[in-house]
Amino acid sequence: MNHSAYTSVLGLSCGVIVLCAVVVLWRRSLRAIVRALAVQGMALALVALTLGLHGHDDGLVVVAVLVLVAKGAVVPTLITRIVRHDVASRETQPLVNVPASLVAAGVLIFLAFAASRSITALASSASGRLIPYGMAAMLIGFFALATRRKAVSQIVGLLLVDNGIALVAFLATAGVPLIVELGASLDVLLIVVVLQVLATQMRLRLGSVDLDQLAELHD
Amino acid sequence: MSTTWRALGEIVVAAVQVIVTGVGGLVLVGLMRKVRARVEGRVGAPILQPLRDVRKLMRKERLRPQFATWIFPLAPVVFVATVSVAAVMAPLVTSRPALGSGADLFVIVYLLLLGSTILALAGLDAGTAFGGMGSSRAVTIGALAEPALLVTILALSISAHSSNFPSIIRATFVDPGVIISPARLFALAALLIVIVAESGRLPVDNPVTHLELTMIHEAMILEYTGPDLALVTLGEAMRLALLLGVFVNLILPWGIASSMSVPALALGVVVLSAKVVAVAVVLGFVEVFLAKVRLFRLPELLAGAFVLALLGVVSGVVAK
Repeated sequence: MNHSAYTSVLGLSCGVIVLCAVVVLWRRSLRAIVRALAVQGMALALVALTLGLHGHDDGLVVVAVLVLVAKGAVVPTLITRIVRHDVASRETQPLVNVPASLVAAGVLIFLAFAASRSITALASSASGRLIPYGMAAMLIGFFALATRRKAVSQIVGLLLVDNGIALVAFLATAGVPLIVELGASLDVLLIVVVLQVLATQMRLRLGSVDLDQLAELHD
Repeated sequence: MSTTWRALGEIVVAAVQVIVTGVGGLVLVGLMRKVRARVEGRVGAPILQPLRDVRKLMRKERLRPQFATWIFPLAPVVFVATVSVAAVMAPLVTSRPALGSGADLFVIVYLLLLGSTILALAGLDAGTAFGGMGSSRAVTIGALAEPALLVTILALSISAHSSNFPSIIRATFVDPGVIISPARLFALAALLIVIVAESGRLPVDNPVTHLELTMIHEAMILEYTGPDLALVTLGEAMRLALLLGVFVNLILPWGIASSMSVPALALGVVVLSAKVVAVAVVLGFVEVFLAKVRLFRLPELLAGAFVLALLGVVSGVVAK
């Protein structure tokens, strides 16, 4: 793979990762949010694959395949199953409305780039300069986690944070050891399964998966 | 001698660009209606119908509201004039248009904005409820689209080190990799949303509706008839053609004439028409499946365009 193709594929996939994070704040339909998450997982796998092929690192290629399966397919499918049972599958009233969230996302993107200036100044490689994208995805994930009300959009926010951390790890260290990556991926998978159990229970008891309904104690 | 010839050449190039946007714009509107009709299973009006409509309107009697001031008759003229000047300056058929050195993207944007503003004033001028409502909505959308558009221009000009539009096009010839850079792609996505909003197409405004609750642009120009309406229709069509032409030349600049020779210009016209027609057919096709967004949801759409443009700027700076 020649160098200019390598940098442009890497830059494009990092851009797609941040774009998907923005789409999570942008769209109200939970299905669209989960689709954005799936696309983000695939883009993350592409980053790992590109880095692996460029650095002739077979371990990273294996990680790329694992990321593709776990974050691009399995986790989104599990979340889609929760969404499908939910009648009103829309994020109707986020704590911060959509235009304000998007402006906040813009600010967070700037913040990510400003905060990681000292890191990028040290980085000599093309991949090191893309670290702010991972930071941006992470911050937007935190924002989604804090301001969205549905259980599904909150878990998506958490997964955005996870993807952001994974992207920073790939770009900064050209891949964490396989066992660490596996552990993190299993963790996330576990969280999604727990969420699914929680959502099923909530739907049985309360008829919806709006987390605000858990704020009060009932007999 | 040579300066005279150069001046003549520039006049010819300018005339070609204005005629291409004028006639091409009307044909483009007809084409998009035809695509929509075909997808919906209707035969639809002929593609040249907008041209005939304009000719018919030109021959009709000149009627104006009784209490309208001088703004009302002036607005269509200013609207067409500003779009025409923008069409002269923009690199549509050739990458060296007349007045090219002044063709800053900001100049082009504000020329178009001047036309929209005077139309909004004219909508208020007639003093009817619909005109005022249409103007207020059109200005709201314009105000929301403006920041997104300005940041988009910034994103486009980073890679070329210049906001002069012909230089941006010429810079892509030097380094074609710019076109698939994240900065350019984000900027183009934002630009597409802004173009749809500015030219009043679905999902922002439905160009065929005259339902009082939903119309935006049509409400603003409701009082116009006869030759005045012909001018407004022509101006709208030219603006659509100009915006789409600008858009396709930013995606695929190849085929644009780089010299002033007749074959190059002819090729430029043909290639530009082919590219714009392709984009227009896709847009017309997609519009069939879109519903109009509620007016209160429009800030979300345009704020999205703003964030896209911002991402474009940020990735452009990172790529340095």
